Formats: sequence, C-alpha cells, structure tokens
Amino acid sequence: MDVRKTYKLFVNGEFVRSESGRAYRPDGMVNVPRGSRKDLRDAVRAARTAFPGWAGRTAMNRGQILYRAAEMLDGRAAQFVELLGGGVRARRELERSVETLVWYAGWTDKLPQVTGTVNPVAGPYFNFTIPEPTGVVAIVAPERDALSGLVRRLAPVLCGGNVVVALTAESQPLAALTLAEVLATSDVPAGVVNIISGQRKELLPWLSSHMDINAIDTAGCTTDEIKAIEESAAGNVKRVIKLTKDEMSPYLISAFMEMKTVWHPIGV
Amino acid sequence: MATALSLTHLGSLMRGVRSVDQVGADERAASLAKRSIKKSSKLWALDLAVRCMDLTTLEGADTPGKVAAMCAKAVRPKPGDATVPSVAAVCVYPLRIADCVQALRGSAVRIASVATAFPSGQSFTSIKVAETEQAVQAGAHEIDMVIDRGAFLSGDYQRVYDEIVAVKEACGAAHLKVILETGELGNYDAVRRASILAMAAGADFIKTSTGKVQPAATLPVALVMMEAIRDFVRETGRPVGFKAAGGIRTSKQAIAYLVITYETLGADWMTPDRLRLGASTLLNDVLMQIDKERSGAYQSADYFTVD
Amino acid sequence: MAITKKQSAELARQAFEYAPAPEAIDHVKIQPRHGLFIGGRMVEAHSKKHFPTINPATEKTLSQVVDADEVDVDRAVKAAGKAFDSWARLSPSRRSRYLFRISRLLQERSRELAVVETMDGGKPIKESRDVDIPLSAAHFFYYAGWADKLEWAFPNRKPRPLGVAGQVIPWNFPLLMLSWKIAPALAAGNTVVLKPAETTPLSAMLFAEICMQAELPPGVVNIVTGAGKTGSLVVSHPGVKKVAFTGSTEVGKLIQRAIAGSGKRLTLELGGKAANIVFEDAPLDQAVEGIVNGIYFNQGHVCCAGSRLLVQESIAEPLLEKLKRRLSTLRLGDPLDKNTDIGAINSRAQLEKIQGLVESGVDEGAELYQPECVLPERGFWFPPSLFTNVSQSYRIAREEIFGPVLSVLTFRTPNEAVEKANNTPYGLSAGVWTDKGSRILWMAERMRAGVVWANTFNRFDPTSPFGGYKESGFGREGGVHGLLPYVDLN
Repeated sequence: MDVRKTYKLFVNGEFVRSESGRAYRPDGMVNVPRGSRKDLRDAVRAARTAFPGWAGRTAMNRGQILYRAAEMLDGRAAQFVELLGGGVRARRELERSVETLVWYAGWTDKLPQVTGTVNPVAGPYFNFTIPEPTGVVAIVAPERDALSGLVRRLAPVLCGGNVVVALTAESQPLAALTLAEVLATSDVPAGVVNIISGQRKELLPWLSSHMDINAIDTAGCTTDEIKAIEESAAGNVKRVIKLTKDEMSPYLISAFMEMKTVWHPIGV
Repeated sequence: MATALSLTHLGSLMRGVRSVDQVGADERAASLAKRSIKKSSKLWALDLAVRCMDLTTLEGADTPGKVAAMCAKAVRPKPGDATVPSVAAVCVYPLRIADCVQALRGSAVRIASVATAFPSGQSFTSIKVAETEQAVQAGAHEIDMVIDRGAFLSGDYQRVYDEIVAVKEACGAAHLKVILETGELGNYDAVRRASILAMAAGADFIKTSTGKVQPAATLPVALVMMEAIRDFVRETGRPVGFKAAGGIRTSKQAIAYLVITYETLGADWMTPDRLRLGASTLLNDVLMQIDKERSGAYQSADYFTVD
Repeated sequence: MAITKKQSAELARQAFEYAPAPEAIDHVKIQPRHGLFIGGRMVEAHSKKHFPTINPATEKTLSQVVDADEVDVDRAVKAAGKAFDSWARLSPSRRSRYLFRISRLLQERSRELAVVETMDGGKPIKESRDVDIPLSAAHFFYYAGWADKLEWAFPNRKPRPLGVAGQVIPWNFPLLMLSWKIAPALAAGNTVVLKPAETTPLSAMLFAEICMQAELPPGVVNIVTGAGKTGSLVVSHPGVKKVAFTGSTEVGKLIQRAIAGSGKRLTLELGGKAANIVFEDAPLDQAVEGIVNGIYFNQGHVCCAGSRLLVQESIAEPLLEKLKRRLSTLRLGDPLDKNTDIGAINSRAQLEKIQGLVESGVDEGAELYQPECVLPERGFWFPPSLFTNVSQSYRIAREEIFGPVLSVLTFRTPNEAVEKANNTPYGLSAGVWTDKGSRILWMAERMRAGVVWANTFNRFDPTSPFGGYKESGFGREGGVHGLLPYVDLN
C-alpha cells in the first residue's frame, strides 16, 4: 500500500494547508487545497518581503537558481511524467518545462544587455536605462499543460527578479503544486514563489484588486475575466500582461520589468 | 582672522572643503548670463562697470608714457564728458607705480600693483614680501598678489597660506587682492578650495586670474568664487571682495559679471569696494555702449580714443 | 562723483530688479476662433460649441476653441482610420522625412510657438523658449530617424503599427507632451487623434498648421479640442487601438477602467511625489539649484517635480538657509518677461487646489515659508513656498500638489532616506545629491522610480526614456523604449 501525499499550498517557502480548511477534488479523487483570499493575502505578504532580496541577487545567482530548478525538475522527471498522465505527451511536456527553465536561466544576465541602453543625451550627462523587476507578480496559470503552462509563465517573471503569487490551473493543479517541491529544493528563497490552488472565480477579484500586487499575468484567463481584472487592476495601476503567444521570449521577461533611467553630470 | 585656523590641520581642512558640481555650476552661470537688462538699468550698470574697473596694463613694454596715457583715461574715460565716472583703479607692474603716482595726483583713482613674482609666483617668499613692501612704499594702494600654484597643486596649502599671511602683513594699510589663477587650478573644487584658503589667510579680495593664462575669468568660475565668499561671510562675518580679470572685453560680459554678483552676493557687493573688473580693452566698449544707450545709435570705434 | 556704499547698494537694488524685458509678441497672431483639425484641414465642429481659452497671467481670452462632441471625435477617428492604411504602408523613409520636416518647422517657428505656449499656459518665456520648444523639435528629430529603422529596434521581430492612437495630454508642457505622443506614434506607422488639454489648446492648433505646412498626408494627425468629456470619447472610441495618456493618476485609473476588456494597448504617464534627497556631502550650491529647478520649474506643474526634499539632518540648517535665500531671488510675474522665473498658475482650478493643499499643510502643523513676493492683481499666482516641520503623514508630503510648493523632511541614514523616498504609491522620479560615487549607484538602485537624477534634476532628452513605476503609470516615452507602446511585435 502506497503512502499518499497530501497536496498543500506553497507559501513563504512552506507547505501549508489552506487557512480556510477547505479542499476541492478537481479529478474527483485527490483532495486539493482550496485557497482562500487570506491565503492569497499571506502569499502576497511573503512575496513582498522576499522581493528586495530576490531582486537584489546578482543576475548570475538568479540564473544559477533557475538552472538548479531545471536540474531538480529533470531529476524528478519520472514523477512528473506520471503526474501528467504518462506517455509521450507527458514526457514532452516535462522536457519542455525543463527546457524553459534552462533557457530563462541563461537570460538573467543578458536581458539588461539586450534591453538596457546608454542614451546619448544632448548635454554633459551620462545617462543609462536598465530593466528592473516591477515587484510582486500574480500569475494565473493556463488551464492546459498543467506543468509547462505554469513554468512557461513563471520562468520569465522570476528571471527578471520579480516575486510571484501563482494561481494554479483550476482543473489540474497537481503538477503545479508538486512543482513547489522542486522550487523548494532549488535554492529559491522563501516567498519568492508562492503557489496557490483554488477557484479562479473566487480568487481573481482578490488578486486583481490587491493593492500590493504590481502586475498580473492573465495567461489562464478568459476574455471576461481579463475585462474584470483590468477594471479592478486600475485601483493601483497594475500592469496587466496579456501576451498569450506561447513562446519563450525576452519580450515576455521585459513585460514584467520597469525601465529605470539614471542621469549624472559629466564634469571634473 | 588669519590666525584663526589651526595650522596643523590646514591640509585636512582644505581637503574637506565641499565639492562643486561642474555641470551644475556651468548651467547656473549660463542661466544668469541670459538675464536681460534694459534701458535705464543698463546705463546704470555700464556706469557701475566703469566705477568698478581696474584699468590695467601689464606688459613688458609698458613705459611711463603708456602708463600716463592710461592714467588720463582712468581719470576721465570720456574726454569732455564729466558724466562718465573715473575708474576704480589702475593696475600696473611695480616699476610703473611711480608713473601712476604722478599721473593720478589729485584724483580718486587708486593705484593697484601686481606683486609677488607676477604672474607665475614662482619665487622666494622673502622676495615676494620685499616686492610688496616696496610697491606699497612706492605708492600702491592695492596689491594684486598671485598665489604659488605649484605649492597649491602639490598640496602644500600651508605654504600658500603662510605666503598670503606674510604678504598681507607686508601690505600694511594697502588692500590685498589674491589672484588664484583659476585657469591653472584644474577644476572648480580647487577654485573653491583656493578661495577659502585665500580668504582665511586674510585676502581683502579674491581675484580670478592674471590675464596671462587661458582660460582666464569665466562666469562659472566667478560664480564658484562668489559662492565661496558667501559661505565665508556666513561663517566669519568678514566681507571679502571679488575681482574678475582676464578676457573681459565687452559690455555684455561686464554686465553678466554684475548680474552674477547681484544674484549671488547681493546689492551690497555692487560697489568698487567689493567688486572689481580688471581689464585693458573693456573700457572703450563700455563707453561705446553708454553712447549707444544715450543716443540710440550704434557706435563706431573711430570715435573713441585708443590710449 | 562720490557715491556712498549705501547709495550704491540701493541703486543696485533698483537697477537689478531688472526692468521689464517682455518678449515681443507682435509677430504672433492668434486666431480669435479655432475649428478642429480633422482629415488634414481645419473644419467646423459638429458640436457648434466653443469655449474660451484664457491667458492665466491676465485672465484675458485669447481665443475660442471647440468643445468637440461624439460626432466630432468619431469623424477624427474615422479620418485617422482612413489614413492609417496608406500611412502604415508608406515607405518608412518617407515617413521619416515627414517627421524630419515637422521637426524643422517647429524650429523655424520656435519663437512664435514659445510665445503662444507662454500666453496660453502661463509658463515663463525662458522655459518655453529654452526647454519646451527645442525639446519638442528634438523629439520629432529623434523619432524621425527611427521611422525607417524599426527592425533594428526590436531584435527577432517585424514590428507593425497598431492603428489609430488616441492620445490625451496635459496642460503643463502642451507642445512637448504632444511631441512625446505624436512623434513615436507616427514613426511606427500609426495615425493619431490627439486631444490637447482644455486650458492649453493653442500650441496644438499651431501644430495643426505645421502638419499642413509639412504636407503631412490628411488624417495622419487629427486634433480635437475639448474638456475631459472629449478625452473620454477619444479613448473609448472603438476605432482607437492604442491609448496614451499623460495626466493625473486619478484620471489614469478612470481610463484604465474605461477601456478594460477592449484589447486596446495602453500607456499611462501619471502623477508623482518625487523625493529629492540631499546627503551631507553634496555639492550644496548646486543642490540648491537642483532643488529650485526641481520644484519651482514651470511653477511646479511637473509630474516628476522634486516636491519632497529629503535632507540629511546634519546639513538641514545651512541648506535651508541657502534655499530660503535663493527663493528670495526668484522673480515671479509676467510670464512673457525674459527674466521671470515663476509664471502664472495654469488655471483658477489649479490655483484653488494648490491653495487648499497649502492650507492643509498649515493646519496639520507644518511651518510655511514664502519669500516676500508681490503677486500681480489679475491672473492666477502662487508664491514659491516651502514647508518645514513636515511629517511623512501630512497631505503635503503625500499628495501631488502640482504647484510651487516644497515639503522639507529630514533623514539620518541612507537606509532611512530610501525608506522615506519609496514610501509613496507613486514612482516617477527621484533625485540624489551626494559626492560619493558608490552611494549614488546604491541609491539609484534602490529608488523605486522610473527616472533617477543624480546631482541634477528635471533634465529631459528625446533619447532618454521617461515613465513611472507603481501608480505613476506604465510604459516609457523617449528613447528606443518609447517606440514599444506603438508597435505590434506579434
């Protein structure tokens, strides 16, 4: 007889039950925590606390940690393939997820070189522009591709130095919740990634109106949900990211970055 | 005043002098240069420029005749027009002081003499002191000394300070203007540092340049020196004058210095006691502008005497 | 002729109060009544409604402009939509040349534009002459060069224009904001419907003339005047694919809400409450200039104004003394006078807002300093003001005043400075004054703001991206980054 795993939320580096004590069964069998607005609140608080530290890591260090996550994921390949239903499709999705982490691991120390600029202003000033993470990013994971769907959105956001509160695919959260175990063993600091499972309808209004979230990736949202999110995001001028093209791209990293421009006189 | 500084700490004090941002100072000076002055104010400003002028000749070829002619111009810049005031002073080499004494007898125009191994300052302190004493004896009311830039740039602030103190003492009742030769100091930080050093050592005026080195007086340098004066006055209560010299040739430039003085040090500095403009060719341009303002017509150099 | 020292100083005071030096305005003709610029020509408005635009320095009416209605906006968007196909398909080098042409025309008519800008908005002529207009021309010149080089700006992409851009701009830098909006939009191949601010529409109407002079294809630029209602019609028109707004955070939020779900691309450049941080080792005299330039430039009608002075406690006293002295040399008065530092407040409404916030500052216990300053009888004026004894919690330390009012706070350590500076929902700009290089970079890294001026303040350049963090908006204007909001990279 196997020892079954209790699926938990991942908040502030810890595996916790929903404070609400609720669960739901997306596949009819396994209990999954049904995260509440208070779980979201805790996750955002953890993320905000973790933000300066993560953003302040060297780009190389962030790259190494993302790569470490790829290693950990690959090491658990069999487990994830099984979680994803087995077979070629599941294996392909696992590989795609690993590949995504590796690809973005290599971007951390290149993005500023590709998107940053030194600006030739008409005066005796040195002027440069660099990308900086926008802060706390909420990710609404797509319903399809239970693992790679989230990894594809998560990796670029982390790559730039943002911290994340991710809402798993409502219909198939298990792989995403298990991904937390990978992150927890990859030197990702506590609070940098928080993973919440639950019901979108219940949680989206809290997410989109939260005043301490800086951006929302609406990858998994319907048109109506996006409209509602955009309306409520205006409360604190959140960046609402709607890039849906399923590709790996530095433009997706940039979508969660702020460009900061610094001026200094040049004189003796 | 001069002894107020603890001499052993002079070096660290000097290095602790607040820095100046070059670009910011340049921009502030440029914005002040854009102030426009109109009509009656302009005439008054031109008149002030004359009253604050140190009419200067500092050539190896200076002769008693040349100096006498300049002195005549200094007393009565525009022959036949008594409404144009005399200049503040004439400025000459020590050997020409006697010529000035003779030519200026009975006028209020003061005699300024450069001294202290002008323009380089690279000589013995004893000689500088002696030169100063003799210049004063010869009749100079004001001494324009140069600082030893070599000593300053090598960090020997003590030497510069001591020399100024010694020369000041040698001046007796004569006023001491200390020339920083800002064009050789490298940057505004050093200009500010030298300004404070000179004032602390007892300078009555601090002066930009000898006129023998480029760049000579510039508006931002004047601004930096005046800001140093302002801070010094705030700290000590002793007002120190400012003299711009070197490269001031046009009325427009002269007015720009007046504006920057007014904006930085205020109206109390708009007097020959605290402000001087050293120049050799500026006077005629000012006279031309005065006539232009009065007559409304642009003037020709043919109508103004070359002395 | 002996003049005593005292007399001399008194005469100096009189003379250097600088006799009026008004900019000549006889070369400028302002039409008494304006139409709308739609489809390449000035047209009568459907709304048939006009409202006056006044000179805030005199309260005299300068001209009547249209209060555009739904039909007018619809016509403008349709004209822009019609022009879009051919403009987007026009060879990029042609587009580039039109923009160069506009830039040159702006330079040629610079004095006229400066005078109109000053009369309509109240800003000092020296600022419109030396900042607004040259930067506007420079902005067009910069983006003109991008028009045929877009592929080089976006690696691995074929950038395409979005369509009609609906742009709404504020009254603080009317022509400059117009340029920030129109130049990149056109360079990327979009067409434009622009609504200038209600109180400052005249330079935009001159710009319409310039478009005609440049023989810009009809409909590429359309300008509709009006108040907030007209602006909301522009941004919510279904034919508009891209919305760009510069203005208050309050209105920015309304717009973000209004176009939710529409699929329109959006950039917002909103309010700010910038900290200008002075460390004890700063070059003080330049810092004073930077503080003055930071908050009194353009009467403080600047979204990135350094409205919160954070000064290290150890130098607060000498710095404030210098600052107060400098304030007393600021000249307030006729904006057309070349010596004026502080012009008129843009409108009565803005004046009342400033007055209200200043009153709140006094009520909350801050200490108000204003230099002796005679305000003209007519027009809208507010003296340069400085508050000390300010707490972080006071309204004057938190809310954007958008006027010549500085709140002074102190700090003890760099960490405290960072914490206080970032303690605001805004994040547009910040200033840092220190002589220590490593501290500049340390501070710059920690400022949650889109622009950090170190040992300077309020500098702008077309090559330099500008825009905010947090509630100061999103998207950048200027530089290669300023093209991004106007291209489709999919």
